[in-house]
Amino acid sequence: MLTWANLWSQVFNGLARGALLALISSGLTVIYGTLGVLNLAHGAMFMIGGYAGYVAFSYTGSFIAALLAGSGVVLAVGLVMERVVIRHFYDRPHEDQILVTFGLGICFVEIIRFFFGSLSRSMPPPARLSGITSLGFMVYPTYRIAVVAIVAVSLLAIYLILYRTRLGMIVRAGIEDSGMVDCLGIDVHRVFMVVFGIGSMAAGFAGIVNLPVAPITPDMGDSILVQAFVVIVIGGVGSYAGAVLGGLIAGEILSISSMIDPAYSYVALFAVMTLVLMVRPRGLLGAESRT
Amino acid sequence: MIVAPIASAHRRWLPELATAAALIAAPPILSHLGFVPDTMSRILVLGLFGIGFDLLFGYTGLLSFGQAAFFGTGGFTAAYLLTRLGLSSVMLSLALGTLAAALCGAVVGLIALRRTGIYFAMITVAIAQVFFFLENSPLANFTGGENGLPGVPAPTFSLGFATLPIHSGWSMYGFIAACYFVGLLVARRIVQSPIGCILAAIRDNPLRAAAVGHDVHGYKLLIFVIAAAYSGLAGGLLGVLQGYMPPDAFSFDTSGQLVMQTVIGGAGTLYGPLVGAAVWLYLRDFLQESAGLGAQWKLVLGVIFVLLVCFLRRGIIGGLKDLITLAGRRPEGAVERSAGGGVPDGDGVPPAPARPPPPPPSMPPLPASNRTSGPILKASALSKRYGGLIANNDIHFAVEEGELRGVIGPNGAGKSTFFKMLTCEVAPTSGSIAFRGKDITGMQVTDVCQLGLTKSYQVSQLFTRLTVRENLTIAALASLRGKLRIDLLKSPARVRTLHSRVDGTLELVDLTERCDVPASALAYGEKRRLEIGLALATAPSLLLLDEPLAGMSPMERIETVKLLKSIAKGRTLIIIDHDMDSLFELTERITVLERGCVLAEGTPLEIKNNPVVQAAYLGPGSDP
Repeated sequence: MLTWANLWSQVFNGLARGALLALISSGLTVIYGTLGVLNLAHGAMFMIGGYAGYVAFSYTGSFIAALLAGSGVVLAVGLVMERVVIRHFYDRPHEDQILVTFGLGICFVEIIRFFFGSLSRSMPPPARLSGITSLGFMVYPTYRIAVVAIVAVSLLAIYLILYRTRLGMIVRAGIEDSGMVDCLGIDVHRVFMVVFGIGSMAAGFAGIVNLPVAPITPDMGDSILVQAFVVIVIGGVGSYAGAVLGGLIAGEILSISSMIDPAYSYVALFAVMTLVLMVRPRGLLGAESRT
Repeated sequence: MIVAPIASAHRRWLPELATAAALIAAPPILSHLGFVPDTMSRILVLGLFGIGFDLLFGYTGLLSFGQAAFFGTGGFTAAYLLTRLGLSSVMLSLALGTLAAALCGAVVGLIALRRTGIYFAMITVAIAQVFFFLENSPLANFTGGENGLPGVPAPTFSLGFATLPIHSGWSMYGFIAACYFVGLLVARRIVQSPIGCILAAIRDNPLRAAAVGHDVHGYKLLIFVIAAAYSGLAGGLLGVLQGYMPPDAFSFDTSGQLVMQTVIGGAGTLYGPLVGAAVWLYLRDFLQESAGLGAQWKLVLGVIFVLLVCFLRRGIIGGLKDLITLAGRRPEGAVERSAGGGVPDGDGVPPAPARPPPPPPSMPPLPASNRTSGPILKASALSKRYGGLIANNDIHFAVEEGELRGVIGPNGAGKSTFFKMLTCEVAPTSGSIAFRGKDITGMQVTDVCQLGLTKSYQVSQLFTRLTVRENLTIAALASLRGKLRIDLLKSPARVRTLHSRVDGTLELVDLTERCDVPASALAYGEKRRLEIGLALATAPSLLLLDEPLAGMSPMERIETVKLLKSIAKGRTLIIIDHDMDSLFELTERITVLERGCVLAEGTPLEIKNNPVVQAAYLGPGSDP
């Protein structure tokens, strides 16, 4: 039904969905922009975050504990993954990097499946954020409003860390010329490791925030990864602002078009991506990409 | 490895014969290992699927994660024709399915190939996902949605005197093995054709492949369509094999599994996907049943895959090849004889053997002194700005046919930018360039090279993973075949004058002895000579050389100056360099650039004594 109330609620759904996509994609794009590696295991990070949060919640019953534990676990996974595998792939072709992260993603999914099985799990929203809120012109689930707020804060936090701190300055210098940063006596590898960890954590954090919205399964990361690809193709690979903008656009397209006909929502998203590729191949906010 | 210099005829067919023998011998041998006919047929279907992907990824370097789109398209088209439209001929349906997949490949390729590298991988994933969604809901009336299409019939062949029905089991294996064999034959011809050579060039250095005159985008699209056609045929065969077309043919897992199989078996081998599929299915059955792992088999395969990517990137076949070369190192030189014994022709100009119908664009050097009236190259009011920076400003520049021109200027004078504009690598902000009276402003570098204007680069741009001979063959093919020709099944040996062109160029740049060495293994001076050779092999009538002498030792400089002198016979040359002595010795006229403008032009003697030029080089101490 095409009514104003319906449209508004879909716009808000799109905002919540887009915010999550923006957070996930920003992690992917920051890792690519800094390290030059496209992480195909990024969807798995989202999934691991969800499961880690689920475990923490089922032991403590606390949403905050779930957020902390989930983020911590994914951060650790990201750091170890960079240190043990990714680091050896910086000098190898992009194709090899894509292959190895793809393989790692499959391993992560199968490990989680081993421990939790294929059944879906879910978690209720925290008591204080459950129920609905009246926005004057419509009522809307409180938690989804909270999702937008939580994601906005975390996006801002990542932005400040990456663009307004000493670490951020090194990161951006490393994007330009990592060899030179190395020569200046800065351990650029350690910085890269941290960036990979933070980027992964963004996806994992989104996975926990998403937990009360949608149930989790081990292979949920695949479709999220594909959507994140579309987001950064639209926004421009390597551009932080592009990931945020692209995420919001993608969220709105998916939600509003599914109001008209859910079957075509993904097709609509793809059509927009194609349009962007035709008109502006490097993405809405993308600079000239590296290689 | 791709331009195998004409091996004797029977040895060239050895892999095909071995494959045929293996396909025939496989049933009795592999059944002892516990393979059932259906599994073996399935391996062949996946192997055929993989041949197309290997052409795309292994040979051309385009990593697509979306091949499931074409697998599904071909499969569902064939299955729909057979089950719902009641088409009786299985072969016709398979062909139509293949065609449908190829058409989809053309459309998807036009979108996805707008970008390369990681963009390409991401876009193919996204597009394949759209196919998956389309199949699942909007097109569910045609595809059966989540149920797929059951009831796909097996083919029956009429031999006139008898009919030969195909059932599941061994007769199905025979049918699919025949399809696989044909697919392999075609793929091997493609790999050995001139196009195979160009694909390797695109994988190695797409920019240079375009610069020597190949339509890189056209060839990429071509191979993308071919890969899609292979996928479509394999998809159709899957339906025929199972009697049922499953919806998960479109899933991301299908694409991912294809990539993994190919890497496990070994990319760039054509056989890799087949080996990978065999290992995959064997391990799946083995781990699931015998080892009792249940659902964890995929984790084991994932770990194996990651380890292979880390430590054995060339897969099982690549690893075996390395083992064999390690075990039985054959003395080198055996190969060189076939190559070096070419055409020693005295003055080092590629000999142009008498040929009745001379192909016009393949004009070797020494053109029949067609001194037209105007200059061969004329730049008028050429300017280039990068934002506020003016790299070149209002340059007027003309070179006569047969001239040997030098361009000098202090660092940052805009010489390289000037050259890039002349070869159309960079579009000028304003002004125009005419080559032989034809306006080439705004043309593509590929087209300009096809017209006979090319450049050797300041920093060598070689096909580093290919041998010296292959490097030159790639460049020569561009001028002998034009920028895009679809001779997929032709042998390079049948490209007229290719061999003599390559041998002649080898000799000219003095690399005949080194013709089977990979370009990456050459010494610096040799790389520079090969760089010049790449430009030469395109048979340019106007050759631009960007600092050919830079970084060379005094001895190498003398050799290179000699080389440049011999090249100059019958060609027009423009040379940028900082080595004044060599340029003064070599050239007839010199143009001096400074701060993006033409400062002076004249004979070497005039330039040497020009006070303005001296001031530009020595600083403003002696202001004129």
